[in-house]
Amino acid sequence: MAGPVQSIERAAAILRLLAGGPRRLGLGEVASSLGLAKGTAHGILRTLQHVDFVEQDEATGKYQLGAALLHLGTSYLDVNELRSRSLNWADALAARSGEAVRLGTPLEGQVLVIHHVFRPDDTLQTLDVGALLPLHASSLGKVLLAFGAEPVEPLLEEGLAAYTRHTLVHPEEVKRVLGEIRELGWGAEVQEMAMGEAGIAAPIRGHGGLVVGAIGVSGPVERICDTQRRPQPALITLLREAARAISRDLGAARW
Amino acid sequence: MVERYVMSIDQGTTSTRCILFDHRGRLVSVAQREHEQHFPRPGWVEHDAVEIWRNLQRVVPEALTSARTDPDQIAAIGIANQRETTVLWDRRTGAPLGRAIVWQDTRTASLVEELGKQPGEEFFLERCCLPPSTYFSAPRIRWLFDHVDGLERRAQNGEVLFGTIESWLIWNLTGGRDGGLHITDPTNASRTMLINIHTLDWDEELMEFFGVPRAMLPEIRSSAETYGEADAVLPGVPITAALGDQQAALFGQTCFSPGDAKCTYGTGSFLLMNTGTDAVRSRHGLLTTVAYKIADHPTVYALEGPIAVTGSLVQWFRDRLGLIHSAPEIETLARTVEDNGGCYIVPAFSGLFAPHWRSDARGVIVGLTSYITKGHLARAVLEATGWQTREVVDAMNADSPFTLKRLKVDGGMTSDNLLMQFLADVLDVPVVRPLVAETVSLGAAYAAGLAAGYWPDLEVLRSNWHRAAQWMPEMDPERREWEYACWQRAVERSLGWIQPRSGK
Repeated sequence: MAGPVQSIERAAAILRLLAGGPRRLGLGEVASSLGLAKGTAHGILRTLQHVDFVEQDEATGKYQLGAALLHLGTSYLDVNELRSRSLNWADALAARSGEAVRLGTPLEGQVLVIHHVFRPDDTLQTLDVGALLPLHASSLGKVLLAFGAEPVEPLLEEGLAAYTRHTLVHPEEVKRVLGEIRELGWGAEVQEMAMGEAGIAAPIRGHGGLVVGAIGVSGPVERICDTQRRPQPALITLLREAARAISRDLGAARW
Repeated sequence: MVERYVMSIDQGTTSTRCILFDHRGRLVSVAQREHEQHFPRPGWVEHDAVEIWRNLQRVVPEALTSARTDPDQIAAIGIANQRETTVLWDRRTGAPLGRAIVWQDTRTASLVEELGKQPGEEFFLERCCLPPSTYFSAPRIRWLFDHVDGLERRAQNGEVLFGTIESWLIWNLTGGRDGGLHITDPTNASRTMLINIHTLDWDEELMEFFGVPRAMLPEIRSSAETYGEADAVLPGVPITAALGDQQAALFGQTCFSPGDAKCTYGTGSFLLMNTGTDAVRSRHGLLTTVAYKIADHPTVYALEGPIAVTGSLVQWFRDRLGLIHSAPEIETLARTVEDNGGCYIVPAFSGLFAPHWRSDARGVIVGLTSYITKGHLARAVLEATGWQTREVVDAMNADSPFTLKRLKVDGGMTSDNLLMQFLADVLDVPVVRPLVAETVSLGAAYAAGLAAGYWPDLEVLRSNWHRAAQWMPEMDPERREWEYACWQRAVERSLGWIQPRSGK
């Protein structure tokens, strides 16, 4: 196993230093307090500023802890902002796939639907925004679990409700499937929440690759899957392109 | 078979965008560049027409590259543009004579006030169906003649050309000083105050009144026909459509039947209703405008209600008050409370546009008590957009023979679910968002593709339109009426705030 990463140790020291007093500190004070070269301290401070852990006063150029640190435990991306920034890509995904599109984020052990684009066939459909879905029985939920947007243990301890005979109810099974989703980069639900219905979903990533939500396509099982009940490869490609495009817009460099 | 596309150029107030669409009206690629806003004095807004033309020359190849396509795969070019913005340029050199004066610019305010007294509103309403306003182009030409030495004489000698942005771009695209086409379309021409809205020709009396010589005016062609081939940027590709941006959005929303209406929610908002082949003269503070004219088909008209401040109120809340970090967060903040707590905001930042047209109004926040939180203010910010739309819809229903049955919406604010639900609630009709949010670009593409035979008829375009979301009215009627009455009382309090200083 590799030793500690020096720049992370230094970043932690800078945060502790800034947290230590009520006063803002200048670059020189930070560098001399920690025995760092000014250039080194500046690089770390700028990175911390980029992720909103540190703020710089415009007038004096001095540094203090950022507001984001106070909300570390809660989602850092506003759900309404996530919807707004996904809008064009979600529309394009619905247009190209011909199916309904939903975006979900975790909320108190469930999936909150934060955006819904109708299946583009002009049939009567009602807006699902604000609805809650089960984490273990929806493709959106399984993706959020697989990529750590929501912890899986409390769910397994509580016990898994069966919605159909295909719902995953055994903890071992859930863990295996989440592992597969991590490997593939997308997840599916085939008649696990409702008979005759299927869906696929992929993660949306923000800065640093952190998963902030999931985007999914869903519809009748015979349209989402092939005759073997496996999701259509063409749909998966469209879905993953949309997820990557949104992630790129949110600042996830590698996706 | 090689796929062919239609190219749409949307020259807007802040940026120039080039978008390619396929046969099913789906977006294939986008390229965009912003241009600089010049504010040389309070109330003045200018653009550099050369910068805009240069941006166009950049975004076109960018859009082609990102779609991995060549100019010979482009079936036609359509142009949508910011309306009323005025460019004057030298016919011989092609150089603009000063910066373009943008539609938001209010330098002609005192001139416009005089026009209201002499010859009076009626003179203009009879001919061009527009009341005098700083919004339109002709007063700007007059202002330039009065403030730039020798300009009027040069114009009379035929050395100067006038155009709104689409004229400037088409002239440059088709060869510029080497035989460039100097043309416009009726949707743009109908916003100059220089045409007779019924004959769609330059009006002798209006030209004489403003002192604008015919030689400087572009030829008025229809909104969709083959104007000519591009010479620069996309040699050989036909240019087949030009529409003002709001009319393009109406077309992109496929509002082809009388009574169809759309509202585009951006910085400001623009509600347009198709009134068919009748130019309905408004008695309730709306503008009569040309919706589109396809080749030699009869002209289709629209009633328009422009609202000056909607999205920009959210921006003000973010940038000036700092109560939110991003515009979409307004919804999060608004949802922290159940209702507005009795608080209303009338955003008359530079007076009120439709249906009031009161330049003496200024913004007010009313109903403040110690109970009010920033959450209530956020609600009031969103509700202001809802109620302003309601006022325009009421005027539409009073003016036109059609009653609004549903409202098609587009623009950035349609991502706000709380606002869209509120809109359905206060209008008491379903609010519908289409699958393609880029309706301005789509409308220009549709008109261009129609003229080029890429799409056969309006029916095919209609079948390309799909519903992406719909909000149904849920508000209790009694509550709706009470809230509306409160809003109207708030508006009354915003009126007449600006008064001349005493002792002057």
